[in-house]
Amino acid sequence: MADCIWIQGSSLSEAHPVGYRWAMKARERGAKLIHVDPHYSRTSALAHQYVPIRAGADIAFVGGLIRHVIETDSFFRDYVVNYTNAATLVSEDFRGPEDLDGVFSGFDPDTGSYDRRSWAYEGGEVPSAAGDREHTTQAFSDQTGGGLLEGDPQRDPTLEHPRCVFQLLRKHYARYTPEMVEQVCGVPQADFLRVAETLIENSGRERTTMLVYAVGWTQHTAGAQMIRAGAILQLLLGNVGRPGGGVMAMRGHASIQGSTDIPTLYDILPGYLPMPRASEEDGTLAGYVERMGSKRGWWSHFDNYIVSLLKAWFGDSAAEDNGYGFSYLPKITGNHSHFPTTLRAIDGGLDGMFVMGQNPAVGSQHAGLQRRALAKLKWLVVRDLADIETARFWKDSPEVASGELRTEDIDTEVFLMPAAGHVEKEGHFTNTQRLLQWRDKALEPPGDARSELHFMHHLAKRVRAHYAGSERERDWPIVNLRWDYPERGEHEEPEAESVLREINGYEVATGRPVSGFAELRADGSTAGGCWIYAGCYADGVNQTRRRNPGDLDAPGGWVSPEWGWAWPANRRILYNRASADPHGRPWSERKKYVWWDEDEGRWAGYDVPDFPADKRPDYVPPDDAQGMDSIAGDDPFIMMADGRGWLYSPSGLLDGPFPTHYEPFESPVGNLLYPEMGADPAAITWDRTDNPINPPADPRYPLVATTFRLTEHHTAGSMSRNLPWLAELQPEMFAEIDPVLAAERGIEDGGWMTIATERAEIEARALVTPRVRPLQVAGKTLHQVCLPWHWGSYASSEDGVTGDATNDLVVLSGDPNVSIQESKAFSCDVRAGRRSRETTARMAGVRSESWLTASGDHRADQPHRAAETGQSTHGSGEKGSSA
Amino acid sequence: MSAAPTEIAIHREGAERMGFFTDTTVCIGCKACEVACKQWNDLPADGSVFRKGMSYDHTGSLGAATWRHVRFVERLAPSAAEREDAASRLAAGGGGGVPSLPVDGGRWTGDGGRGTVDSPGDLDLVALAESGAGEEEGSGGVDVAGAVAQMDRWLFMSDVCKHCTNAGCLDACPTGAIIRTEFQTVFIQPDVCNGCGYCIPSCPFGVVDRDKIDGRAGKCTLCYDRLQDGLEPACAKACPTDSILFGPYDELVDIARRRVAELHARGIDGAYLYGAGDEPQDQLAGGLGAFFLLTEAPERFGLPAQAESPIQENAPVATAAGLGAALAAAGAVVATFVLSHRGGRRR
Repeated sequence: MADCIWIQGSSLSEAHPVGYRWAMKARERGAKLIHVDPHYSRTSALAHQYVPIRAGADIAFVGGLIRHVIETDSFFRDYVVNYTNAATLVSEDFRGPEDLDGVFSGFDPDTGSYDRRSWAYEGGEVPSAAGDREHTTQAFSDQTGGGLLEGDPQRDPTLEHPRCVFQLLRKHYARYTPEMVEQVCGVPQADFLRVAETLIENSGRERTTMLVYAVGWTQHTAGAQMIRAGAILQLLLGNVGRPGGGVMAMRGHASIQGSTDIPTLYDILPGYLPMPRASEEDGTLAGYVERMGSKRGWWSHFDNYIVSLLKAWFGDSAAEDNGYGFSYLPKITGNHSHFPTTLRAIDGGLDGMFVMGQNPAVGSQHAGLQRRALAKLKWLVVRDLADIETARFWKDSPEVASGELRTEDIDTEVFLMPAAGHVEKEGHFTNTQRLLQWRDKALEPPGDARSELHFMHHLAKRVRAHYAGSERERDWPIVNLRWDYPERGEHEEPEAESVLREINGYEVATGRPVSGFAELRADGSTAGGCWIYAGCYADGVNQTRRRNPGDLDAPGGWVSPEWGWAWPANRRILYNRASADPHGRPWSERKKYVWWDEDEGRWAGYDVPDFPADKRPDYVPPDDAQGMDSIAGDDPFIMMADGRGWLYSPSGLLDGPFPTHYEPFESPVGNLLYPEMGADPAAITWDRTDNPINPPADPRYPLVATTFRLTEHHTAGSMSRNLPWLAELQPEMFAEIDPVLAAERGIEDGGWMTIATERAEIEARALVTPRVRPLQVAGKTLHQVCLPWHWGSYASSEDGVTGDATNDLVVLSGDPNVSIQESKAFSCDVRAGRRSRETTARMAGVRSESWLTASGDHRADQPHRAAETGQSTHGSGEKGSSA
Repeated sequence: MSAAPTEIAIHREGAERMGFFTDTTVCIGCKACEVACKQWNDLPADGSVFRKGMSYDHTGSLGAATWRHVRFVERLAPSAAEREDAASRLAAGGGGGVPSLPVDGGRWTGDGGRGTVDSPGDLDLVALAESGAGEEEGSGGVDVAGAVAQMDRWLFMSDVCKHCTNAGCLDACPTGAIIRTEFQTVFIQPDVCNGCGYCIPSCPFGVVDRDKIDGRAGKCTLCYDRLQDGLEPACAKACPTDSILFGPYDELVDIARRRVAELHARGIDGAYLYGAGDEPQDQLAGGLGAFFLLTEAPERFGLPAQAESPIQENAPVATAAGLGAALAAAGAVVATFVLSHRGGRRR
């Protein structure tokens, strides 16, 4: 239903070829396709307009679009005034990068972090939708900006008050002119303006534009802010909550959305409930609920969800008098995300590790350091389809080949557990658009291969047997864990549907599955494993197994509500109240989706309305309203305490309420917009001798590298490099460079070349192609090196293929909000010919501080904030992989 | 159409001609067809060489164990003809209609300023394309950016056996291994093929190849086994964008003709069908059961502009092989018979 699909930070055709089917269908219907990307891929080939851009300069580009839309008065005014916080006034104390040479008010250069109190609205502080909840680390400082929304924020619907969000936004991006975009991004003004015009022409009452991004945006030190920039532009154009609009996160692999919903992350519990912290207030359920709940908006129901979760986990043992077992949940003490854990292993503070569905020896950044970390463990469990590099680091890694590590010196005991493939197990995937789709098992896994569910189930049973009868209080959560999943067959495979039933939630007394999260209660009468999934097993039926597309020709039939099940409440478009005008009428007949039915006194539409069903559009909350009653009838963004889409984020982000162009952490180019600043000053860095950094603008590293995926391979390659049919389609690691760079360095097409950073040198075949274009950046020619990252040192199949690992090149760094690394833009150099030694040999002999000082604490010499404040990895999704 | 008398053909009540329509304008080059084909037909990976076929093509061509193959046509420099055409379009709009393109020594300066085109013939459109010159307002309808963008293409095409009406391989096969099925597709019976290899040079498209190990000929069967069970071929099933359509031949030709018309209406004038919808005398190899929608000259995709079964082109000799030396003297007569019967191409 989109009239334009704007793809930036994603290469749909390479990474999601089946998803690109729908983009192609849209194109056939007349939709425009725009692809903005450093790398000309198969996605670009099918787009109407391809715009080459310098990797990592996306905020300058999108900021330029925001400025253009404002200055040409092309934004959707009715939408912006009524549905966003454009009119809201911001505190007098707020200052932006235009006032303060590149930082926002509240910046502390010593800690590299912000005191965010000055970012608040005037007359009221407001928590973000998931703000405190997402960023658990905030409580580790006293500088949380996210108080509860008290009082009434002031608004100026004329958008003329100098301190209203709209004017602040305008001021913030005033210098992001087409000329500046050209200089910073290397995008000619005409190309930039053509993108702007296409987006504007395809937005408004009658038309909508969809933004598609993926890890090309997330994997930056300013990754969260890149996506924020896209969201701001979509709000200005009125493309949120409407059919054919939105900000679509293309997920990195199957069920990555699911693995944040029911997280494999350290800092959140299922349904985006924050992991409690080791703090006094989180010591009790009441204190935790008080801190996390919101008095206004949907999060006022927070207690229902956490108590139901505890009931699902601890069953009858969870009772009111023991706080439903809340105090037995682990509490986090800092950043326990992937890189700090790796460094802890290096420094000698980690005994063992489970690696499941991941291949850090190839797929994680600074892979040479990852492999060295594995050698420090006492034990390592790897579950995979094949014998992967992570399970073999002790035998034939580049470090063993170079002699730096000797097999006989490595004490790590490695257990390789064969895993079932995706057709050999049952369960559901949750992918883009939060759609849950069940899959049945097609055949039995071979030999000893088992599903993840089987492994975790039987591991849990063994652990419970070990602790059975223990009276020690610390063993309470294991002893009292409710674990009664039925088993089937000779291998005692647990029933996956029984897990889904628990996730859905049920009435404790009767076992009846709840039909939605509105039935979940905080009094212990309900249990639910993940509140946002409540309803996926409504009526005792596995709703995720449904495969009925419905009548596609009927009005709105394309919504297909009986195909799988989408959280929350089988809602296909979030905030869809915004598809109607403030009076509840569709903005246009063409974009009709959800509307107020006056006769019925209810919201109606093609989708499940994302609004209280009978709340009238003209409802005005009384002054003392709390909870959902505080949301007006024309406030569509019900997860936000003020009911508005946020052009400005008074809380929730750690590095600024507006996205600001900062250079990548390793960039050969200075920051033209804020010369005082290079990279994001709040970015997480690990300044250690074993994580050497390419200095900014270092002439030794004049090129920009970016990474990308090929459709022929999957992530770190164990599923594709070992499969002959796929291996032959892309047999060798290569680098794409432009003909001018190739000529300058004497690199021949098809010949060997070497790519170098401070961490490593890798070799690759040169693929010299005019698809890669030299850019004119800041008056100089800049070349980019485009690297797929699917190769590693070992193939388990005779017909498999091997090659150097791109991630050997990449530095450890992190987005301040979510800890994700910057693997999509870093500086490097190239030369003709093969490397002369093992990939990470230049790191040999480099020891961590702990090895030098024997302090055992890498934080000692840590000037950067990463060590002091543990950051959350929430939202990164693609754990430890580079695209 | 019915099978020619020289062919060994299977007949079945109700069976109709089936084929492929491969539309290159929606192909995304994902190679799912290539893999699905190997998986269903249990064909081995038969090796690849980095950039054997240039661009992202490392397997190079169809072969005994590669029955679908995706070609990559990386084409970012405009042809001489297109340069001339674009330059003449610019020149024709002169006297106020020409967009004021700032040109510096034939290269787009990209400074946003305005100059004049002194000599359109010297305009470097490659440089223009690389710098991404935009459409100039009031330029008399000459969409420079659009014209240049059209020159900037990376094309993908999934190649396959054409299942010719006049099948050279079938004509040449001395053992009767190659037959025409009830779906009027061309099928090599692996248990009959003796590996003589006559079919290989007889294919005008270079499709048929001999297996490296057992020496037998191999090529696409149009998933004969699946067709017999009412299933669509594996490649068409796997294609995410419906670039490969499978169905009754006549319906496919109708769909393809409508598609071409639609593309023409959208201004993609260069779209045409390769191997279907021609006048009888112009049909490639009598018409292709697997035909294509192309937007470039066929040679760009490694396809011949003209194709015919050698036996049709050189009927006396080839027919002699089939009918025996005694009939050689009457070859001309036989050729006339065969050609008229098949409605094949006459030269």
